[in-house]
Amino acid sequence: MQAKGIVFKYGDNVDTDVIIPARYLNSSDPAELAKHCMEDIDKDFVNRVHKGDIIVADKNFGCGSSREHAPIAIKAAGVSCVIAETFARIFYRNAINIGLPIIECPEASKGIEDGDEVEIDFDSGIIYNRTKNTQFQGQAFPPFMQKIIAAEGLINCINQNND
Amino acid sequence: MAMTMTQKILAAAAGLEEVKAGQLIEANLDLVLGNDITSPVAIHEMEKFEKKGVFDKDKIALVLDHFVPNKDIKSAEHCKCVREFACKNNVSNFFDVGEMGIEHALLPEKGLVVAGDVVIGADSHTCTYGALGAFSTGVGSTDMAAGMATGKAWFKVPSAIKFVLKGKPSKWVSGKDVILHIIGMIGVDGALYKSMEFTGPGVANLSMDDRFTIANMAIEAGGKNGIFPVDDKTIAYMKGHATKEFKVYEADEDAEYDEVYTIDLSQLKPTVSFPHLPENTKTIDECEEISIDQVVIGSCTNGRIDDLRVAASILERFPVKKGVRCIVIPATQKIYLQAIEEGLVQTFIKAGAVVSTPTCGPCLGGYMGILAENERCVSTTNRNFVGRMGHVSSEVYLASPAVAAASAVTGKISGPEELGL
Repeated sequence: MQAKGIVFKYGDNVDTDVIIPARYLNSSDPAELAKHCMEDIDKDFVNRVHKGDIIVADKNFGCGSSREHAPIAIKAAGVSCVIAETFARIFYRNAINIGLPIIECPEASKGIEDGDEVEIDFDSGIIYNRTKNTQFQGQAFPPFMQKIIAAEGLINCINQNND
Repeated sequence: MAMTMTQKILAAAAGLEEVKAGQLIEANLDLVLGNDITSPVAIHEMEKFEKKGVFDKDKIALVLDHFVPNKDIKSAEHCKCVREFACKNNVSNFFDVGEMGIEHALLPEKGLVVAGDVVIGADSHTCTYGALGAFSTGVGSTDMAAGMATGKAWFKVPSAIKFVLKGKPSKWVSGKDVILHIIGMIGVDGALYKSMEFTGPGVANLSMDDRFTIANMAIEAGGKNGIFPVDDKTIAYMKGHATKEFKVYEADEDAEYDEVYTIDLSQLKPTVSFPHLPENTKTIDECEEISIDQVVIGSCTNGRIDDLRVAASILERFPVKKGVRCIVIPATQKIYLQAIEEGLVQTFIKAGAVVSTPTCGPCLGGYMGILAENERCVSTTNRNFVGRMGHVSSEVYLASPAVAAASAVTGKISGPEELGL
């Protein structure tokens, strides 16, 4: 599994309120949520993002509320992967559970800039910055999580275990 | 091998003799919680399950609290979805308008969580129940769905940070000031993925309501959970509210901690978190003059009876300054009624505040007190992120009920001492 796209770069502590403001949480429709993704931190994001693009951020990405609407909005906006120095723990669980690939990699977070073109190989965890011709080794998922991702989410994984 | 309090609870729930930090386990759940925002997503996920129905109708709590009484048609549809699901599955702990309260104040009050329990909730402030000596943590809707269906959840066993509390807080210092001080000290990711274990002789000087407030905001330091040892106050609280059996776990004396902090409660001052992160703290004497437009006293963090009593003790002597909107939100129906019986509601209204039925409302910028461009609010809630309570240029200053009430009187960020109290 691979991803390739243009990077949207953000800083520390990108919280779930700016990823999807609570004023839109009266809907749980992914397409509706995607229209407002990153609205309070980057008003142009939804106009500029293309399918496959990548979000790169510094530490504690996704802090704040437990709203699964946050990774749902990011995924539905077309983002193929989020790379960060660290993730807030509920966001991390939620992203895995809905099948949005995320990778912790402090070196990549420092070495990638807004607008760079990046390729990611999820099997090896290798992140390649085509623009700068640099490469980073991202943290691979433990087998337990690989199983959830391979099943495309927690629910499918539980269904498979029951079979 | 020595274990922390959290590790002992998780080991027991996983049916293991011992666990260590970093280990992946599957634990049995004593309660699975959801609200009107997160449950509809979970209910939709549950439809994908081959196995239908819930694992135990008595171990699920569904609380409509964020946007109720409904603020618009879409919110009403969400609540309807949860209501129908609760009815179809005979969920015994379903709380609709008239019975509902803000979930993290309501569940302990209803006796649904006791010491030793393992609880997941699709709400980040589920960590509140650590005040009772339970392991509880926030998850998303998919985890909630899996929990409702199977009664189990996977966890990575956390390491811990120990906070040794000593001394007695001074008159206007509350649990809110303790936790804001801690978040200011370690940062919004200072406890990322970890337990925050609060211990030491100072715990005895904190009321249960103080402890709920402190555990509630563990997530604001990135913590997986916050937890207190069980003492006489905890046992008295549980005996007064719960009928189910509780189990007391204690950390081993030689348990390993990533870090240990000692905090002298007697040295703390009223503390305020400046925009736009809870870690941006200043003590009240360090705050420059900042005029405000609104005050909110309520939420799962500070909408309990102690909080309302403190606020009323200030507002019974001084009115709300003209030009400031002061919104008081008791967290549950029981607290609301108690506030009426004790004359607190009368005090608030006479002082020029408004009193709402229980709702999360303004805390997350839902309704009931949204801020306009450039407006400022002193709030007893838990987050001051960009746009949290309204316009992206509005500002939220997090503080205790005492500071919030005093600020409502002066129209600027103030401590009660500024009023000569």
